[in-house]
Amino acid sequence: MGWETVIGLEVHVQLATKSKIFSGASTVFGAEPNTQASLVDLGMPGILPVVNEQAYRYAVMFGLAIDAKISKRSYFERKNYFYPDLPKGYQTTQLEQPIVGPGHIQIQLPNGDTKEVRIHHAHLEEDAGKSLHEDFHGMSGIDLNRAGTPLIEIVSEPDMRSSAEAVAFAKKLHSIVTSLGICDGEMSQGSMRFDVNVSVRKKGSEVLGTRTETKNLNSYRFMEEAIALEVERQIDLIEDGGTVLQETRLYNADTRTARSMRSKEEANDYRYFPCPDLLPVEIDDEFIEAARASLPELPDARQARFMDQYKLSEYDVSQLAQYRDTAEYFEKVTKTCKDAKLAANWVTGELASRLNKESLNITHSPVGADQLGEMLLRVKDDTISGKGAKTVFDSMWNKEGSADDIIASKGLKQVSDSGALEAMIDEVMAANTAQVEQYRASPAEKRGKMIGFFVGQIMKASRGSANPGQVNKLLKVKLDG
Amino acid sequence: MHNKTIVELSRALAAGEFSSTELTTHFLQRIHSLDEQYNSFITVTEERALADATEADERIAQGKATALTGIPLAHKDIFCTQGIRTSAGSKMLDNFIAPYESTVTANFNAAGCVMLGKTNMDEFAMGSSNENSFYGPVSNPWDTKAIAGGSSGGSAAAVAARLTPAATGTDTGGSIRQPASHCGITGLKPTYGRVSRWGMIAYASSLDQAGPMARTAEDVALLLQAMAGMDPKDSTSVDRPVEDYSATLNESLQGLRVGLPAEFFAEGLDSDVEQCVSNAVSELEKLGATVKQISLPNSNLSVPSYYVIAPAEASSNLSRFDGARFGYRCDQPQDLEDLYKRSRGEGFGAEVKRRILVGTYALSAGYYDAYYIQAQKIRRLIKNDFINAFNDVDVIVGPTAPTPAFNLGEKADDPVAMYLSDIYTLSTNLAGLPGMSIPAGQVSGRPVGLQIIGNYFSEAKLLNIAHRFQQATDWHLKAPTDIGA
Repeated sequence: MGWETVIGLEVHVQLATKSKIFSGASTVFGAEPNTQASLVDLGMPGILPVVNEQAYRYAVMFGLAIDAKISKRSYFERKNYFYPDLPKGYQTTQLEQPIVGPGHIQIQLPNGDTKEVRIHHAHLEEDAGKSLHEDFHGMSGIDLNRAGTPLIEIVSEPDMRSSAEAVAFAKKLHSIVTSLGICDGEMSQGSMRFDVNVSVRKKGSEVLGTRTETKNLNSYRFMEEAIALEVERQIDLIEDGGTVLQETRLYNADTRTARSMRSKEEANDYRYFPCPDLLPVEIDDEFIEAARASLPELPDARQARFMDQYKLSEYDVSQLAQYRDTAEYFEKVTKTCKDAKLAANWVTGELASRLNKESLNITHSPVGADQLGEMLLRVKDDTISGKGAKTVFDSMWNKEGSADDIIASKGLKQVSDSGALEAMIDEVMAANTAQVEQYRASPAEKRGKMIGFFVGQIMKASRGSANPGQVNKLLKVKLDG
Repeated sequence: MHNKTIVELSRALAAGEFSSTELTTHFLQRIHSLDEQYNSFITVTEERALADATEADERIAQGKATALTGIPLAHKDIFCTQGIRTSAGSKMLDNFIAPYESTVTANFNAAGCVMLGKTNMDEFAMGSSNENSFYGPVSNPWDTKAIAGGSSGGSAAAVAARLTPAATGTDTGGSIRQPASHCGITGLKPTYGRVSRWGMIAYASSLDQAGPMARTAEDVALLLQAMAGMDPKDSTSVDRPVEDYSATLNESLQGLRVGLPAEFFAEGLDSDVEQCVSNAVSELEKLGATVKQISLPNSNLSVPSYYVIAPAEASSNLSRFDGARFGYRCDQPQDLEDLYKRSRGEGFGAEVKRRILVGTYALSAGYYDAYYIQAQKIRRLIKNDFINAFNDVDVIVGPTAPTPAFNLGEKADDPVAMYLSDIYTLSTNLAGLPGMSIPAGQVSGRPVGLQIIGNYFSEAKLLNIAHRFQQATDWHLKAPTDIGA
């Protein structure tokens, strides 16, 4: 009998507020160490926290987006433990009464099916600082710029059954929080971090196996690798007669190995208790309804709209509607070129692969949506061929100018003029009389293949500028005589 | 000059009888010549005081003075004062120069007060005798063999010895009222949330409250006026208008309903102290009050409840003192754990360690419900007792402490006996109510305080009662004999 994998995720999402959750310090990424840490973030004696209202609004927006119960009364607690990047010796977080209660998220599986993953809750908390273990000759440096950055921690139920499902869930979360505009989604900067809880059980069993938690994975690939590794380890362990111990594990992406960080027995007793420096937060219907009114279009709704409005294939829609940035780009291109299918082909094709190759976000694409749209207009009106379009796109990518400028300067304009083309055809036919004879002697079903030779000759003669469709049409008439 | 109240000094400064610089110099001289025997100051900020005084004199000359401009003050060393050592009475912060200003001290600075220095206190405000200070115990100016009380013992002794006209204090379980009682001065703990806690080093956040300590209710009213108010930096401060505390001082006490809780006059109360309180109650009756016996049935649970909640919060509040960023760091730490263990082991005193351990235990898995949650339930019962009582009476009156100041060393080795000396003051902190202590008698030359507890935000009423009492009595005018001319 086979094994079944059971996965639950805890996802830390950094909220895109301007200032920190309990202080006025900036949250901008990448500043010089410790330049964005206020007295509050440093945990100075005598400091007090004040809750950032925007962080609360963002958390409520997330709750509404996943159809969750919003707590009208929530409160912060202290999670006590010692670590150098935790200046106060406790993290201010929520436990008993988090802002977002149970909800659910629909995910798309690789085989096209959909599945619902239940969300246990999501709570607000402050991020810790960073310990820098390199560059200090056996000592550690502490950067508290990140300390106090607002997070929502989203805790799923153990509803996923494979690493592919876990990744699909993570991607869907990413698309939701970026669509909401509550997170910048920059995974490489730690804006989203995943803890995966993994256990295995015999197929058909209803009882959950002992789980381990692998912490702090900041890419889909690492998550996939870490899950695969852990599943294999647990199955091997059990099949060899061992038992899985409840523990926290660390995944090393460089060596693709994981190790135990601490066992359940060594786990900290966090001594949670309500934070006496903060009063419980009460929000009213007005606050919730204002947050609801501010919700932008969410991925699922956008997907439905794209199907309906643009009559695109399910595949195209799944590629285009998931992310707000991609969706906005696509809609802009379509608006300019007035051809959704053509726009979809280019955005999911050439553009996506170039962005991917250079690891660029679509918002940083060297070719803007208007530019691409204008180029596609030239494809539509037959000014350039599909092949010519690729050349134009490359040039635009290299910032060589607008589509029209490039078409002009590179002489990419197609020759569609019948007179000019007919003259070229006559010339080629005259130079290849044997092939013309052969063509005319062949039955109709073989001619289709043979016409390619003449097209090739004409394209060569025109140095690629002849409109291939037009050439084909005219050739057929002349050859068939 | 040092026998004058703030109200008198303020009038004299305005009339040009003397300058703030002369006044300040006078108090600085007294501190230098007398404080050796009391140890009430940890830091004397002479240069700063004289600079403040110069500024105040200019302000007075320009006619821009407030009632407090030019008045010298001392601050409990728990308030962060920018650029000045703020030790909280601990070795842990002996080297800590605060990088910012607390709201309380900032308010006094803005009013034009002169800061004489920072007063001695029990380490992190944990103690009832001021024997838990890294800087040594404070002696009572009435009898240097006696404790000054704690934790604001330095402030109380400095005011009693006329080393300063007034001082700030903080009160988590009686730390303003009990030393005020022992040193024969007037002290007020406001309603929780009335005064900002920003910049006040936290002991137990849900109980801590700053308040003024001076010789008369009239002075305390002036000081509270400067301290009170909503602070956007403190989420627990209350957004509610601040009354004019001086305006109602003279209102009649006719018809005032005074409650005497049976539990405050039970076993454990010194009979001489009881006599002082009875005399004071008679005085209130003469002023028009009617007296009623009441009960606060759960007040006997205030000691166990307090000694779970306060240490629990303290255990968390004091975690930031880890040797990593500020404060004491052990010599040559071998690794992170060594840094934590030795910095905290060497930096904290015995009572602080005891409370951190108690609090850590009370919050631990498996004990949380039995201790912390239970203590919070009791806290609610205690609060309900008061709410019920205030349906029938306007204020509650009783002793501030069960005995006059005991001798230094007398209870130092018996923490439980020490904790019981706060039995009458703890419940007001648990309920978040305002309370005052005013001089109301003496036993063998040691002062006895009368405690007045009011409903939420009834500071003006408490001050009114205290002022009328002081108009009719002279306990607050008595001075220790040995404090120089």
